Amino acid sequence: MNKHAISVTVNGQQHQNDVEPRLLLIHYLRETLGLTGSHIGCDTTSCGACTVLLDGKAVKSCTVLAVQADGHEVTTIEGLAAADGSLHPMQEAFWNEHGLQCGYCTPGMIMTSVALLDRIPDPTIDQIRTGLEGNLCRCTGYQNIIKAVQAAAGAMSGAESGGRS
Amino acid sequence: MIPAAFEYAAPSSIAETISLLQDHGDEAKILAGGHSLLPLMKLRLAAPGILIDLGRVRDLAYIRDGDGHVAIGPMTTHYMLESSDLLRQRLPLLSTAASTVGDMQVRNRGTIGGSLAHADPASDLPTVVTALRGQIVATGRNGDRTIAARDFFQDIWTSALEPDEVVTEIRIPHGTDRSAYAYEKFRQRASDWAIVGVAVSLDRQNGSIERASVVLTNVGTTPVTATGVEQALAGQEANAETVRRAAELASDGLDPSPELKASPDYKRHLARVLTRRALANALDLS
Repeated sequence: MNKHAISVTVNGQQHQNDVEPRLLLIHYLRETLGLTGSHIGCDTTSCGACTVLLDGKAVKSCTVLAVQADGHEVTTIEGLAAADGSLHPMQEAFWNEHGLQCGYCTPGMIMTSVALLDRIPDPTIDQIRTGLEGNLCRCTGYQNIIKAVQAAAGAMSGAESGGRS
Repeated sequence: MIPAAFEYAAPSSIAETISLLQDHGDEAKILAGGHSLLPLMKLRLAAPGILIDLGRVRDLAYIRDGDGHVAIGPMTTHYMLESSDLLRQRLPLLSTAASTVGDMQVRNRGTIGGSLAHADPASDLPTVVTALRGQIVATGRNGDRTIAARDFFQDIWTSALEPDEVVTEIRIPHGTDRSAYAYEKFRQRASDWAIVGVAVSLDRQNGSIERASVVLTNVGTTPVTATGVEQALAGQEANAETVRRAAELASDGLDPSPELKASPDYKRHLARVLTRRALANALDLS
Protein backbone atom coordinates (compact mmCIF):
# COMPACT_ATOMS: atom_id res chain seq x y z
CA MET A 1 0.00 0.00 0.00
CA ASN A 2 1.17 3.50 -0.73
CA LYS A 3 2.32 5.50 2.22
CA HIS A 4 1.10 9.04 2.65
CA ALA A 5 3.15 11.99 3.86
CA ILE A 6 1.45 13.68 6.80
CA SER A 7 2.30 16.72 8.86
CA VAL A 8 0.70 16.86 12.29
CA THR A 9 1.32 19.33 15.10
CA VAL A 10 1.32 17.38 18.35
CA ASN A 11 1.59 19.28 21.63
CA GLY A 12 2.89 22.29 19.73
CA GLN A 13 5.58 20.41 17.84
CA GLN A 14 5.29 19.68 14.14
CA HIS A 15 5.93 16.11 12.99
CA GLN A 16 6.28 14.83 9.43
CA ASN A 17 5.94 11.15 8.73
CA ASP A 18 5.09 8.74 5.94
CA VAL A 19 2.25 6.53 7.15
CA GLU A 20 0.05 3.72 5.89
CA PRO A 21 -3.54 4.93 5.41
CA ARG A 22 -4.79 2.32 7.89
CA LEU A 23 -2.59 3.62 10.73
CA LEU A 24 -4.90 4.77 13.52
CA LEU A 25 -4.17 8.08 15.23
CA ILE A 26 -3.69 6.31 18.59
CA HIS A 27 -1.01 4.05 17.07
CA TYR A 28 0.63 7.03 15.38
CA LEU A 29 0.83 8.84 18.73
CA ARG A 30 1.97 5.84 20.76
CA GLU A 31 4.18 3.96 18.34
CA THR A 32 5.41 6.43 15.73
CA LEU A 33 5.88 9.38 18.11
CA GLY A 34 6.42 7.43 21.34
CA LEU A 35 3.72 9.36 23.23
CA THR A 36 2.34 6.52 25.32
CA GLY A 37 0.28 8.67 27.69
CA SER A 38 -2.89 8.09 25.64
CA HIS A 39 -4.11 4.56 26.32
CA ILE A 40 -5.90 1.94 24.26
CA GLY A 41 -8.76 0.43 26.24
CA CYS A 42 -11.68 -1.08 24.36
CA ASP A 43 -10.47 -0.22 20.84
CA THR A 44 -14.16 0.04 19.83
CA THR A 45 -15.02 3.76 20.35
CA SER A 46 -16.62 3.01 23.70
CA CYS A 47 -14.27 3.54 26.65
CA GLY A 48 -12.62 6.89 25.91
CA ALA A 49 -9.14 5.93 27.24
CA CYS A 50 -7.61 7.07 23.92
CA THR A 51 -9.26 10.52 23.99
CA VAL A 52 -7.08 13.36 22.69
CA LEU A 53 -7.90 16.85 21.46
CA LEU A 54 -8.01 17.29 17.68
CA ASP A 55 -8.09 21.01 16.89
CA GLY A 56 -9.27 21.50 20.48
CA LYS A 57 -12.15 18.99 20.30
CA ALA A 58 -12.17 15.72 22.24
CA VAL A 59 -12.01 12.70 19.92
CA LYS A 60 -11.43 8.98 20.37
CA SER A 61 -8.11 8.47 18.62
CA CYS A 62 -8.80 4.75 18.06
CA THR A 63 -11.46 5.86 15.55
CA VAL A 64 -9.50 8.49 13.62
CA LEU A 65 -6.95 7.66 10.94
CA ALA A 66 -3.56 9.35 11.19
CA VAL A 67 -4.06 10.59 7.61
CA GLN A 68 -7.22 12.40 8.75
CA ALA A 69 -5.09 14.38 11.22
CA ASP A 70 -2.82 15.64 8.43
CA GLY A 71 -2.55 19.42 8.73
CA HIS A 72 -4.31 19.46 12.10
CA GLU A 73 -3.32 19.98 15.73
CA VAL A 74 -3.39 17.26 18.36
CA THR A 75 -3.04 17.68 22.11
CA THR A 76 -2.35 14.64 24.27
CA ILE A 77 -2.04 14.28 28.04
CA GLU A 78 1.70 14.94 27.62
CA GLY A 79 0.89 18.38 26.26
CA LEU A 80 -1.14 19.65 29.23
CA ALA A 81 1.52 20.47 31.81
CA ALA A 82 3.43 23.75 31.45
CA ALA A 83 6.99 23.81 30.13
CA ASP A 84 8.34 24.06 33.68
CA GLY A 85 6.53 20.85 34.61
CA SER A 86 3.76 22.47 36.65
CA LEU A 87 0.55 20.53 36.20
CA HIS A 88 -2.57 21.72 34.37
CA PRO A 89 -5.36 22.63 36.86
CA MET A 90 -7.30 19.54 35.70
CA GLN A 91 -4.33 17.26 36.45
CA GLU A 92 -3.89 18.98 39.81
CA ALA A 93 -7.59 18.50 40.59
CA PHE A 94 -7.59 14.76 39.70
CA TRP A 95 -4.60 14.38 42.05
CA ASN A 96 -6.10 16.40 44.93
CA GLU A 97 -9.57 14.86 44.69
CA HIS A 98 -8.33 11.28 44.21
CA GLY A 99 -10.05 11.13 40.82
CA LEU A 100 -8.22 7.90 39.93
CA GLN A 101 -7.24 4.56 41.29
CA CYS A 102 -5.49 2.37 38.73
CA GLY A 103 -5.05 5.35 36.41
CA TYR A 104 -5.76 3.55 33.15
CA CYS A 105 -8.72 5.73 32.14
CA THR A 106 -7.19 8.91 33.57
CA PRO A 107 -5.50 10.42 30.47
CA GLY A 108 -8.78 10.12 28.54
CA MET A 109 -10.85 11.36 31.47
CA ILE A 110 -8.63 14.42 31.85
CA MET A 111 -8.60 15.27 28.13
CA THR A 112 -12.40 14.94 27.91
CA SER A 113 -12.80 17.03 31.07
CA VAL A 114 -10.56 19.76 29.66
CA ALA A 115 -12.67 19.82 26.47
CA LEU A 116 -15.86 19.87 28.54
CA LEU A 117 -14.76 22.94 30.53
CA ASP A 118 -13.77 24.62 27.28
CA ARG A 119 -17.44 24.39 26.21
CA ILE A 120 -19.06 24.75 29.64
CA PRO A 121 -16.72 26.56 32.06
CA ASP A 122 -18.98 26.11 35.09
CA PRO A 123 -20.85 22.82 34.53
CA THR A 124 -23.51 21.34 36.80
CA ILE A 125 -23.03 17.80 38.10
CA ASP A 126 -25.47 16.58 35.43
CA GLN A 127 -23.50 18.33 32.71
CA ILE A 128 -20.28 16.74 33.96
CA ARG A 129 -21.89 13.29 33.99
CA THR A 130 -23.28 13.79 30.47
CA GLY A 131 -20.00 15.25 29.24
CA LEU A 132 -18.07 12.24 30.50
CA GLU A 133 -20.54 9.58 29.29
CA GLY A 134 -18.03 8.48 26.65
CA ASN A 135 -15.36 7.67 29.24
CA LEU A 136 -15.49 4.53 31.34
CA CYS A 137 -13.79 4.02 34.70
CA ARG A 138 -13.91 0.64 36.42
CA CYS A 139 -12.33 1.75 39.74
CA THR A 140 -13.57 5.00 41.18
CA GLY A 141 -17.34 4.87 40.87
CA TYR A 142 -16.97 8.28 39.19
CA GLN A 143 -17.77 10.40 42.28
CA ASN A 144 -14.23 11.65 42.76
CA ILE A 145 -13.83 12.25 39.04
CA ILE A 146 -16.86 14.54 39.17
CA LYS A 147 -15.44 16.31 42.24
CA ALA A 148 -12.16 16.76 40.38
CA VAL A 149 -13.88 18.38 37.38
CA GLN A 150 -15.80 20.70 39.72
CA ALA A 151 -12.58 21.61 41.55
CA ALA A 152 -10.78 22.29 38.27
CA ALA A 153 -13.69 24.45 37.07
CA GLY A 154 -13.40 26.50 40.26
CA ALA A 155 -9.62 26.78 40.00
CA MET A 156 -9.71 27.73 36.31
CA SER A 157 -12.41 30.38 36.71
CA GLY A 158 -10.46 31.75 39.70
CA ALA A 159 -7.31 31.90 37.59
CA GLU A 160 -9.13 33.78 34.84
CA SER A 161 -10.58 36.34 37.22
CA GLY A 162 -7.24 37.31 38.63
CA GLY A 163 -6.04 34.08 40.18
CA ARG A 164 -6.24 32.40 43.52
CA SER A 165 -2.91 32.34 45.17
CA MET B 1 -7.68 -3.92 15.96
CA ILE B 2 -6.30 -2.71 12.68
CA PRO B 3 -8.29 -2.41 9.44
CA ALA B 4 -7.31 -4.41 6.36
CA ALA B 5 -4.99 -2.38 4.13
CA PHE B 6 -6.62 0.12 1.77
CA GLU B 7 -5.67 2.97 -0.54
CA TYR B 8 -6.55 6.50 0.51
CA ALA B 9 -7.56 9.54 -1.51
CA ALA B 10 -8.38 13.00 -0.21
CA PRO B 11 -10.05 14.91 -3.07
CA SER B 12 -10.53 18.66 -2.83
CA SER B 13 -13.87 18.89 -4.65
CA ILE B 14 -17.12 17.00 -5.18
CA ALA B 15 -16.30 16.66 -8.92
CA GLU B 16 -13.02 14.96 -8.04
CA THR B 17 -14.84 12.76 -5.51
CA ILE B 18 -17.32 11.56 -8.16
CA SER B 19 -14.55 10.88 -10.62
CA LEU B 20 -12.75 8.75 -8.00
CA LEU B 21 -16.01 6.90 -7.29
CA GLN B 22 -16.37 6.18 -11.02
CA ASP B 23 -12.77 4.94 -11.24
CA HIS B 24 -13.02 2.58 -8.29
CA GLY B 25 -16.65 1.39 -8.36
CA ASP B 26 -17.54 -1.10 -5.63
CA GLU B 27 -14.05 -0.98 -4.16
CA ALA B 28 -14.55 2.59 -2.93
CA LYS B 29 -16.19 3.89 0.23
CA ILE B 30 -16.66 7.53 1.17
CA LEU B 31 -15.11 8.53 4.50
CA ALA B 32 -16.99 11.32 6.29
CA GLY B 33 -16.59 11.36 10.10
CA GLY B 34 -15.65 7.69 10.09
CA HIS B 35 -17.58 6.80 13.22
CA SER B 36 -19.67 4.10 11.55
CA LEU B 37 -17.25 2.98 8.84
CA LEU B 38 -13.95 2.79 10.75
CA PRO B 39 -15.33 0.58 13.55
CA LEU B 40 -16.68 -1.83 10.90
CA MET B 41 -13.31 -1.84 9.13
CA LYS B 42 -11.46 -2.48 12.39
CA LEU B 43 -13.72 -5.49 13.01
CA ARG B 44 -13.01 -6.54 9.39
CA LEU B 45 -16.74 -6.48 8.68
CA ALA B 46 -15.91 -4.06 5.89
CA ALA B 47 -12.75 -4.02 3.79
CA PRO B 48 -13.00 -1.37 1.06
CA GLY B 49 -10.11 -1.16 -1.38
CA ILE B 50 -10.01 2.62 -1.21
CA LEU B 51 -11.32 5.29 1.14
CA ILE B 52 -12.27 8.62 -0.37
CA ASP B 53 -12.02 11.16 2.44
CA LEU B 54 -14.39 14.15 2.21
CA GLY B 55 -12.40 15.90 4.95
CA ARG B 56 -10.49 18.07 2.46
CA VAL B 57 -13.51 19.22 0.43
CA ARG B 58 -14.36 22.75 1.53
CA ASP B 59 -17.76 24.03 2.64
CA LEU B 60 -19.50 20.73 3.36
CA ALA B 61 -20.19 21.51 7.05
CA TYR B 62 -22.97 24.09 7.36
CA ILE B 63 -26.51 24.71 8.57
CA ARG B 64 -28.27 27.39 6.51
CA ASP B 65 -31.76 28.78 6.45
CA GLY B 66 -33.17 28.26 2.95
CA ASP B 67 -36.45 28.97 1.20
CA GLY B 68 -38.97 26.98 3.27
CA HIS B 69 -36.32 24.56 4.49
CA VAL B 70 -33.08 24.29 6.41
CA ALA B 71 -30.13 23.14 4.28
CA ILE B 72 -27.50 21.06 6.03
CA GLY B 73 -24.10 20.11 4.62
CA PRO B 74 -23.19 16.41 4.71
CA MET B 75 -20.07 16.92 6.86
CA THR B 76 -22.03 18.74 9.57
CA THR B 77 -21.24 16.96 12.82
CA HIS B 78 -23.75 15.84 15.43
CA TYR B 79 -22.22 18.45 17.72
CA MET B 80 -22.95 21.20 15.19
CA LEU B 81 -26.56 19.98 14.96
CA GLU B 82 -26.94 19.84 18.72
CA SER B 83 -25.49 23.32 19.29
CA SER B 84 -27.11 25.18 16.37
CA ASP B 85 -29.40 28.06 17.39
CA LEU B 86 -31.04 27.95 13.95
CA LEU B 87 -32.00 24.29 14.41
CA ARG B 88 -33.14 24.81 17.98
CA GLN B 89 -35.49 27.45 16.65
CA ARG B 90 -36.56 25.86 13.35
CA LEU B 91 -36.19 22.10 13.90
CA PRO B 92 -35.72 21.36 17.59
CA LEU B 93 -36.37 17.65 17.00
CA LEU B 94 -33.17 17.34 14.96
CA SER B 95 -30.93 19.14 17.46
CA THR B 96 -32.42 17.24 20.41
CA ALA B 97 -32.06 13.86 18.70
CA ALA B 98 -28.48 14.67 17.61
CA SER B 99 -27.60 15.44 21.25
CA THR B 100 -28.50 11.84 22.17
CA VAL B 101 -26.19 10.17 19.63
CA GLY B 102 -23.24 8.32 21.22
CA ASP B 103 -21.15 10.56 23.45
CA MET B 104 -19.37 13.92 23.19
CA GLN B 105 -16.34 12.52 21.37
CA VAL B 106 -18.52 10.62 18.90
CA ARG B 107 -20.68 13.71 18.26
CA ASN B 108 -17.54 15.74 17.56
CA ARG B 109 -16.65 13.46 14.63
CA GLY B 110 -19.83 11.74 13.40
CA THR B 111 -21.69 13.54 10.60
CA ILE B 112 -25.27 13.70 9.36
CA GLY B 113 -24.26 12.77 5.80
CA GLY B 114 -22.28 9.78 7.02
CA SER B 115 -25.07 8.63 9.30
CA LEU B 116 -27.69 8.80 6.52
CA ALA B 117 -25.50 7.20 3.84
CA HIS B 118 -24.52 4.42 6.25
CA ALA B 119 -28.27 3.62 6.55
CA ASP B 120 -28.07 1.72 9.82
CA PRO B 121 -31.65 1.09 11.03
CA ALA B 122 -30.41 1.43 14.64
CA SER B 123 -29.18 5.01 14.04
CA ASP B 124 -31.22 7.96 15.24
CA LEU B 125 -30.80 10.48 12.43
CA PRO B 126 -32.26 8.36 9.58
CA THR B 127 -35.44 8.02 11.66
CA VAL B 128 -35.59 11.69 12.55
CA VAL B 129 -34.89 12.97 9.03
CA THR B 130 -37.60 10.60 7.73
CA ALA B 131 -40.11 11.85 10.33
CA LEU B 132 -39.31 15.46 9.38
CA ARG B 133 -39.96 14.65 5.68
CA GLY B 134 -36.38 15.50 4.78
CA GLN B 135 -34.89 15.34 1.30
CA ILE B 136 -31.43 14.07 0.52
CA VAL B 137 -29.49 15.60 -2.36
CA ALA B 138 -27.26 13.05 -4.10
CA THR B 139 -24.66 14.21 -6.61
CA GLY B 140 -23.26 11.88 -9.26
CA ARG B 141 -21.93 12.02 -12.80
CA ASN B 142 -25.35 13.09 -14.08
CA GLY B 143 -25.63 15.97 -11.63
CA ASP B 144 -27.90 16.36 -8.60
CA ARG B 145 -31.04 14.48 -7.75
CA THR B 146 -33.25 14.82 -4.69
CA ILE B 147 -34.46 11.73 -2.87
CA ALA B 148 -37.17 11.81 -0.18
CA ALA B 149 -35.88 10.29 3.05
CA ARG B 150 -38.83 7.86 2.96
CA ASP B 151 -37.42 6.42 -0.28
CA PHE B 152 -33.74 6.73 0.62
CA PHE B 153 -33.39 3.86 3.10
CA GLN B 154 -33.81 0.56 1.27
CA ASP B 155 -32.37 -2.17 3.45
CA ILE B 156 -29.92 -2.66 6.27
CA TRP B 157 -26.82 -0.54 5.44
CA THR B 158 -28.30 0.03 1.97
CA SER B 159 -29.47 3.39 0.63
CA ALA B 160 -30.79 4.59 -2.71
CA LEU B 161 -27.37 6.09 -3.56
CA GLU B 162 -25.86 4.88 -6.83
CA PRO B 163 -22.23 3.71 -6.65
CA ASP B 164 -20.99 6.99 -8.15
CA GLU B 165 -23.16 9.24 -5.97
CA VAL B 166 -22.34 11.16 -2.82
CA VAL B 167 -24.70 12.95 -0.40
CA THR B 168 -24.12 16.68 -0.87
CA GLU B 169 -26.97 18.24 1.11
CA ILE B 170 -29.85 17.42 3.44
CA ARG B 171 -32.95 19.64 3.21
CA ILE B 172 -35.58 19.65 5.91
CA PRO B 173 -38.82 21.66 5.68
CA HIS B 174 -39.24 24.36 8.32
CA GLY B 175 -41.47 23.68 11.25
CA THR B 176 -44.18 26.19 12.09
CA ASP B 177 -45.75 27.31 15.35
CA ARG B 178 -48.30 24.52 14.78
CA SER B 179 -45.60 21.82 14.73
CA ALA B 180 -45.00 19.53 17.68
CA TYR B 181 -42.15 17.07 17.98
CA ALA B 182 -40.56 14.46 20.19
CA TYR B 183 -37.90 11.74 20.00
CA GLU B 184 -37.90 8.94 22.54
CA LYS B 185 -35.37 6.16 22.72
CA PHE B 186 -34.85 3.33 25.12
CA ARG B 187 -31.31 2.19 25.76
CA GLN B 188 -29.44 0.20 28.32
CA ARG B 189 -26.90 2.86 29.34
CA ALA B 190 -26.20 6.50 28.55
CA SER B 191 -24.22 6.25 25.32
CA ASP B 192 -25.68 3.00 23.98
CA TRP B 193 -27.56 2.59 20.74
CA ALA B 194 -31.36 2.63 20.81
CA ILE B 195 -32.99 -0.71 21.57
CA VAL B 196 -36.07 0.99 20.09
CA GLY B 197 -36.60 4.67 19.28
CA VAL B 198 -39.45 6.72 17.87
CA ALA B 199 -39.62 10.15 16.27
CA VAL B 200 -42.94 11.97 16.01
CA SER B 201 -43.64 15.17 14.13
CA LEU B 202 -47.18 16.54 14.26
CA ASP B 203 -48.97 19.45 12.60
CA ARG B 204 -51.73 20.79 14.84
CA GLN B 205 -54.78 22.80 13.79
CA ASN B 206 -57.31 24.21 16.28
CA GLY B 207 -56.78 21.53 18.90
CA SER B 208 -56.68 18.71 16.36
CA ILE B 209 -53.87 16.80 14.72
CA GLU B 210 -53.89 17.70 11.05
CA ARG B 211 -51.02 15.48 9.96
CA ALA B 212 -48.76 13.07 11.80
CA SER B 213 -45.41 11.56 11.01
CA VAL B 214 -44.34 8.66 13.24
CA VAL B 215 -41.15 6.72 12.49
CA LEU B 216 -39.42 3.98 14.51
CA THR B 217 -35.71 3.21 15.05
CA ASN B 218 -34.26 -0.33 15.17
CA VAL B 219 -37.40 -2.39 14.59
CA GLY B 220 -36.71 -3.42 10.98
CA THR B 221 -34.15 -3.18 8.20
CA THR B 222 -34.80 0.56 7.65
CA PRO B 223 -36.46 3.34 9.65
CA VAL B 224 -40.06 2.05 9.87
CA THR B 225 -42.98 4.42 9.31
CA ALA B 226 -45.85 3.55 11.65
CA THR B 227 -48.55 4.12 9.04
CA GLY B 228 -51.35 2.81 11.26
CA VAL B 229 -50.47 5.30 14.00
CA GLU B 230 -50.26 8.17 11.51
CA GLN B 231 -53.70 7.35 10.11
CA ALA B 232 -55.21 6.97 13.58
CA LEU B 233 -53.97 10.44 14.53
CA ALA B 234 -54.87 12.37 11.37
CA GLY B 235 -57.87 14.65 11.86
CA GLN B 236 -58.37 13.59 15.49
CA GLU B 237 -58.57 15.77 18.56
CA ALA B 238 -55.18 16.08 20.28
CA ASN B 239 -55.96 14.41 23.59
CA ALA B 240 -54.83 11.49 25.76
CA GLU B 241 -57.48 9.10 24.40
CA THR B 242 -56.42 9.71 20.78
CA VAL B 243 -52.79 9.14 21.77
CA ARG B 244 -53.58 5.96 23.70
CA ARG B 245 -55.56 4.42 20.84
CA ALA B 246 -53.08 5.41 18.15
CA ALA B 247 -49.98 4.23 20.07
CA GLU B 248 -51.47 0.73 20.40
CA LEU B 249 -51.07 0.41 16.62
CA ALA B 250 -47.31 1.16 16.70
CA SER B 251 -46.35 -2.52 16.70
CA ASP B 252 -48.74 -3.59 13.92
CA GLY B 253 -46.86 -5.47 11.24
CA LEU B 254 -43.49 -5.10 12.99
CA ASP B 255 -41.14 -8.05 12.65
CA PRO B 256 -37.97 -6.94 14.43
CA SER B 257 -35.02 -9.31 14.64
CA PRO B 258 -34.07 -10.59 18.08
CA GLU B 259 -31.00 -9.10 19.75
CA LEU B 260 -29.07 -10.00 22.87
CA LYS B 261 -30.79 -7.16 24.70
CA ALA B 262 -34.32 -7.52 23.36
CA SER B 263 -36.68 -10.17 21.99
CA PRO B 264 -39.04 -9.25 19.12
CA ASP B 265 -41.99 -9.17 21.56
CA TYR B 266 -40.13 -6.84 23.87
CA LYS B 267 -39.30 -4.53 20.97
CA ARG B 268 -42.96 -4.48 19.92
CA HIS B 269 -43.89 -3.59 23.50
CA LEU B 270 -41.31 -0.79 23.51
CA ALA B 271 -42.62 0.52 20.17
CA ARG B 272 -46.10 0.98 21.67
CA VAL B 273 -44.92 2.45 24.98
CA LEU B 274 -42.38 4.83 23.43
CA THR B 275 -44.85 5.98 20.78
CA ARG B 276 -47.37 6.82 23.50
CA ARG B 277 -44.71 8.70 25.47
CA ALA B 278 -43.43 10.57 22.43
CA LEU B 279 -46.93 11.64 21.35
CA ALA B 280 -47.78 12.73 24.90
CA ASN B 281 -44.53 14.70 25.15
CA ALA B 282 -45.01 16.33 21.78
CA LEU B 283 -48.56 17.40 22.69
CA ASP B 284 -47.66 18.33 26.27
CA LEU B 285 -50.16 15.82 27.68
CA SER B 286 -49.06 14.15 30.84
